[in-house]
Amino acid sequence: MTGGDLLTVRGLVAGYGAGPVLHEIDLTVARGTIAAVVGANGAGKTTLLRALSGTLRPVAGQVVLAGEDLRGTPVEQLVRRGVAHVPEGRGVIGELTVDENLRLGGLWRRDRADARRALDEVYQLFEPLARRRRQHGHQLSGGERQMLALGRALVGRPRLLLLDEPSLGLAPRVVAQTMALLRHLRDSTGLTVLLVEQNVRSALSVADQGVVMSLGRVVHTAPAARLRDDDDLRHAYLGF
Amino acid sequence: MDRFLFLTLDGLSRGAVYAAFALSLVLIWRAARIVNFAQGAMAVAAVYVAYSVSTSTGSYWLGFLAAIAAGLLLGTVVDLAVMRFVDHRSPLNPVIVALGLVLLIQAVLGMIYGNEFRPAEPPFSRSARTVGGLAVGSPYDLFVVATVAAVVVALAWTFTRTAIGLRMRASAFAPEVSRLLGVKVGGMLTLGWALASGVGALAGMLIIPTELGLHPHAMDLVFVSAFTAAVVGGLDSPPGAVVGGLLVGLLLSYVSGYAGSDLTPLAVLALLLAVLLVRPAGLFAPVTARQV
Repeated sequence: MTGGDLLTVRGLVAGYGAGPVLHEIDLTVARGTIAAVVGANGAGKTTLLRALSGTLRPVAGQVVLAGEDLRGTPVEQLVRRGVAHVPEGRGVIGELTVDENLRLGGLWRRDRADARRALDEVYQLFEPLARRRRQHGHQLSGGERQMLALGRALVGRPRLLLLDEPSLGLAPRVVAQTMALLRHLRDSTGLTVLLVEQNVRSALSVADQGVVMSLGRVVHTAPAARLRDDDDLRHAYLGF
Repeated sequence: MDRFLFLTLDGLSRGAVYAAFALSLVLIWRAARIVNFAQGAMAVAAVYVAYSVSTSTGSYWLGFLAAIAAGLLLGTVVDLAVMRFVDHRSPLNPVIVALGLVLLIQAVLGMIYGNEFRPAEPPFSRSARTVGGLAVGSPYDLFVVATVAAVVVALAWTFTRTAIGLRMRASAFAPEVSRLLGVKVGGMLTLGWALASGVGALAGMLIIPTELGLHPHAMDLVFVSAFTAAVVGGLDSPPGAVVGGLLVGLLLSYVSGYAGSDLTPLAVLALLLAVLLVRPAGLFAPVTARQV
């Protein structure tokens, strides 16, 4: 099945108790595309990802993945539905080795042979990780942690990759490499990516679709290229 | 010299049991960040199960297996029926609940079996043997050390070499991330409780025949020694628990041999105090850099 929307979000409301942070979010992400959610700090970007992956239980609304409603799916079942969520700060487990972190990403899979294949592919994709297999997560540099977090998500062969601030704390060169990698994965494997970013330029440079959030609402959705060139919109919501 | 050797062997044998028991405390601490003060009472309950099974079947070994099974089951029940519902935001809550469990378990054991000492026979002779004029400990000592060594190796292998061990470690270090990676963190926690309680039951089976006998309070002092061993090792470190257990076993053996057995409870508390004052994070904690 190609084409069409992989992820459809309708009327999503979520928050942390004292009133909602997200108000009636509507969003679609087409299969095999990269969508970038951008907006100022506090716009609700991280909350959106958490509500999508179920780490934060939505108050109302629908999250539909390839026709299946994800509501009520326990977080640990999400990978089995094909959703990989790389959390903010990336969630590398420092006490485990690189190899253990990566294997953990594929432990849920029944197809052990393919899980091993996926692991080998990740080692080929991220050569530095192969050299540091036996080192612990906390010994890695920021860029290597990024590779490890992405690699660990890819070992599960996800349909949808949710990325929270992949550029956070990384050198511009590493950010550019990450974005290039996402583009490569989209083109070679048909991976669908939803990333939230404060680094608007990098995010829109790689994305097909741009979603602008402000104060917990989606205020604008447009092809990323048009968003990049729309000065008024940039000034109004993105501050540059 | 002979006496020293004898005390050393005796200390290592007792220390092996403390090591196993300390390991059970460390397992729960790592999985759930709870110091399970009920571990001793749970172990005694498992040994009473062994007592019942052994008296009705006449087989020590059936009782031994029953104790381990009862330990695994009791750990599962305590997690699913009690600890899961305790608010963990204050570390004091689970401690108080665990102390309540101690009272409950000891009272129930007292009601069923009575508050008297019951004989607990070791399966092998406890008289020391010599080989070529050299003390080698009693057959029971050898059994204890070999059993604990086997358990330690099996646990180490499980945690570092198997998929389930990897899941358990990941759940303990980073529950939220593990869940995102498809690990059923709740199940891993229960498994940790079951394993820890099974190891605690084993330690109870091994040490109670060397003490006064079976009694609802039979593990109270052992718990203090094992807790000290776990703290000496740093609470977070399984190898630390093993070394801590052996150290405490040796210390108690020397103190009781050279200064009198009345002093052993005092010696344990002195050691606990000294470790908490000098290295509160335990001997195996990484030395953190100090700002000058």
